[in-house]
Amino acid sequence: MSKRAIYLVPLSVFLVMAVYFAIGLTKDPKIIPSALIDKPVPEFSLPPIDNGAPQGYGKGFSSADFKAGEISVVNVFASWCLPCRAEHPFITKLSKMNVAKVYGLNFKDTPKNALKWLQELGDPYDAIGADPRGRVGIDWGVYGIPETFVVDGTGKIYFKYVGPLNGDILENQILPVIEKLKR
Amino acid sequence: MKTGPFILALLLGLLWTAPAWAVNPDEMLADPVLEKRAREISKGLRCLVCQNQSIDDSDADLAKDLRIIVRNRLKAGDSDGAVVDYVVARYGDFVLLKPPFKGTTLVLWLGPAVIGGLGLWAMIAFLRRHSGQGGGQGGGAQAAIAKAASRPRPPPLTDDEKKKLRKLLKEDGP
Amino acid sequence: MIPEIGHFALILALLVAFVQATMPMVGAHRGNQAWMAIARPAALTQFGLVAVAFGCLTQAYVTSDFSVLNVFQNSHTAKPLLYKISGVWGNHEGSLLLWVMILSLFGSAVALFGTNLPPGLRARVLGVQAMIALGFYLFMLLTSNPFERLSPVPLNGNDLNPLLQDPGLAFHPPMLYLGYVGFSMAFSFAIAALIEGRVDAAWARWVRPWALAAWCFLTAGITLGSWWAYYELGWGGWWFWDPVENASFMPWLAGTALLHSSTVVEKRDTLKGWTILLAIVTFSLSLLGTFLVRSGVLTSVHTFATDPARGIFILGLLIVVIGGSLALFAWRGPALVSTGVFQPISREGALLFNNLVMTTAAAAVLLGTLYPLLLDAIGGGKVSVGAPFFNAVFIPLMVPMIVAMAVGPLLSWKRADMKPALSRLWAAGGVMIVAMIAVWAVETDGPFMGIVGIGLAAWLFMGILSELAGRIRLLQGSLSESLSRLRRTPRAAWGMTLAHLGLAITIAGMTGAGAWKVESIQAMKPGDRVSVAGYDFVFDGARSGTGPNYSILSGTFRVLRDGQLVTMLYPEKRVYNVSQQPTTEAAIHTTFLGDLYAVVGDEDETGAFVTRLYFNPLVGWMWAGVLIMVFGGVLSLSDRRHRVGAPKKRGAGLAQAASA
Repeated sequence: MSKRAIYLVPLSVFLVMAVYFAIGLTKDPKIIPSALIDKPVPEFSLPPIDNGAPQGYGKGFSSADFKAGEISVVNVFASWCLPCRAEHPFITKLSKMNVAKVYGLNFKDTPKNALKWLQELGDPYDAIGADPRGRVGIDWGVYGIPETFVVDGTGKIYFKYVGPLNGDILENQILPVIEKLKR
Repeated sequence: MKTGPFILALLLGLLWTAPAWAVNPDEMLADPVLEKRAREISKGLRCLVCQNQSIDDSDADLAKDLRIIVRNRLKAGDSDGAVVDYVVARYGDFVLLKPPFKGTTLVLWLGPAVIGGLGLWAMIAFLRRHSGQGGGQGGGAQAAIAKAASRPRPPPLTDDEKKKLRKLLKEDGP
Repeated sequence: MIPEIGHFALILALLVAFVQATMPMVGAHRGNQAWMAIARPAALTQFGLVAVAFGCLTQAYVTSDFSVLNVFQNSHTAKPLLYKISGVWGNHEGSLLLWVMILSLFGSAVALFGTNLPPGLRARVLGVQAMIALGFYLFMLLTSNPFERLSPVPLNGNDLNPLLQDPGLAFHPPMLYLGYVGFSMAFSFAIAALIEGRVDAAWARWVRPWALAAWCFLTAGITLGSWWAYYELGWGGWWFWDPVENASFMPWLAGTALLHSSTVVEKRDTLKGWTILLAIVTFSLSLLGTFLVRSGVLTSVHTFATDPARGIFILGLLIVVIGGSLALFAWRGPALVSTGVFQPISREGALLFNNLVMTTAAAAVLLGTLYPLLLDAIGGGKVSVGAPFFNAVFIPLMVPMIVAMAVGPLLSWKRADMKPALSRLWAAGGVMIVAMIAVWAVETDGPFMGIVGIGLAAWLFMGILSELAGRIRLLQGSLSESLSRLRRTPRAAWGMTLAHLGLAITIAGMTGAGAWKVESIQAMKPGDRVSVAGYDFVFDGARSGTGPNYSILSGTFRVLRDGQLVTMLYPEKRVYNVSQQPTTEAAIHTTFLGDLYAVVGDEDETGAFVTRLYFNPLVGWMWAGVLIMVFGGVLSLSDRRHRVGAPKKRGAGLAQAASA
């Protein structure tokens, strides 16, 4: 390598780094991709929320529910989670569209608070499983709620969104995925 | 900042609210050997909702949950590797504070050695050229000086500057 | 009114910086004395204006003027005065203001005391300083204005993060910035030299005080941060390879290499291109740190609130400053001619080896810090690079360097023989082996690296002493002769000796703290007793109380050894009123061999308190070692040779320049 060319090395290295920084500015380092994409739903069975009655509040759900050939959306929520409150209208909207089954995973919550929350905002879910200790959530790789999963007809997790849903995300991310899986 | 409220909301959702206190006595296992293994494993697992801490150091609820899970797996008889695999299966390689040695991290792990090697090679090449033993490929001070003579010269020193330089260089120490 | 004055002062400073960045540069190019002479008054005016701006912001904080958005976001009436003041720079906008103030302060120092620099060089140095300042003024005025107003005016503020309400951390940023900005001076000198096409012994001697001062401040700043983490975070950790910690460590590594490399330029007229490159790289790494902290590309405990617009602007600043300087280097670097020649085994060779290791280490840390970002950018997924990686890579690199550090000073310039040098290290070798055996005997079950670390520290310590002994011809003549040689040793030589000795002590401290720490976590009721490393901690219970802006849970420990009372410890847990954020205040008792460290936590249902008790070996040695290192640096700075014909360090009260 000629002597002159060596003097260009630092500049070239820096320019390459600058390109990476520019790309990096468009990314969010706090979002962690799911390790469960394309993997089958973890084995679990969640009871319904305990409302004092013997059969509990509504229905719980389990991994068996995902093998029925239907597209499902699993929304992880809790009464203590503020953004979950913000995304609630959009979960309701999704549910009303009837394009997929919408399950709620009530994460690290108390029955009393969860029921009060549902009563106040409404219950958009086809079934809600209570996970007070959060173990099933951890099996799903939950780290920061709200989180929303889309599961295909064979019971494989296809897509995960971390953060509260809004109209934009519903239109441009969730619904297209559901569309795609239907075909 | 219109992104402010969104970020705030996201953060509030992402962080379990009630603070725990890194490793608590009530989490610790009775068996000291198992407990030691649990601490070592925890030190290598990242707390996902914290800023760059291990689950052993962190006060977050998720960290506490994972610490308890690690201990439960150890009690169930898992090896250290199996416990780590259990957590990685759920959260991916990101949860490992020591990046795994695989295709995507080859550059990372081999990088420092490669850089050091290149530096060493450059240093040796430089020493060969500047060691004052003439000959060799284009090396030696004579060649350097000859090359310098043919390049555009920097402005010559003024008499004033020459005087100052002499004075400065006189104070050479050990 | 006053915030508006501050804002206006900042705008004026921008205009002055623009003038200072252009006219002197053109003047130096054309040899126009009048235009070059503008640099001096411009630099002084710039500093005056920025100081006014800083004063206005400080006033707003001290009077708790919540109509200023920045004050509202970061302050509170109940905060103690010291933290009202330190709150000025405890946030993104205010810290930028501190940055430019220190930048213009250094510029004024060159303007005032650099009368012996050739006018062309001085004009260019001040011009480059002003260019950097210009970038920061634009950044502040366009995206991060500290004087933005808030309406309607709230009654009280959000309070400063409780973790920052601490004396150590109050001074951590100013120290760091003094270091970063100090290296900007070396950078400016390098750019000026590249433009002029001339790097010689005089240049190296002019640059040295600035680089040395910057190094001292940066060392102190980094250590303040570590020290704070040690006593505040509650488990005695002091270094986490956090991205922003790395961002301050990399300039330190490059800056240390620069100090060593510039010696070779000064004494032997070689390694010029490399030294110039190091000066550029050191400051570039400082700027990179700014980018990492404020742009949101990395997660770290240190990051300020992020905003993509700011990230883009800083990246632009990086491209202009770093890209521009490296392009200049690519263009003008080949014109720098070195005439010194030396054998591989020589003092220059040893210093070159030091440079190789330091730069490789800096590159390795850079790679590890940026890797998650790089991998994600090419779509390779997310990966974490934590302490295990850095320890695995950094420590093996340091081993050969520490070994070489004892040998280097014993080699002569230009050409040296290894055998005589090594034979003078017999004592060092002996001490090393004895130390390692001693450690192995005491801590038989400890980690292997513990033995290695102490061994290396002993080798280095004894090696440096051997060099000193040789220099004063100890045991080779009369004692009084040696003593007189000792007295006549120049300060710069003392500086080197002390700095290396300090490093040896620090290495021993780091080894102790890392290898043989004893931890005990339990729930204790009043009267319970726990034994840690031969000390008995007796818990006397905990009480609640209140502080100026927080509530306290305060515990009491009696520490006994062999039945005798060693000390009382009063750890606290605080909950700050405004943010409801808890902090731990550990109680620490330092002994020669280690620290006794106690933390008290919450009460459980049974009335027992969670307590964490530690024995942290040799931690005091870390802090003492660094103090000695910095003292060595300051001593070197005060050497007469730096005062003659070189710009004086401001406030050091040194003798007059020019005449010998």
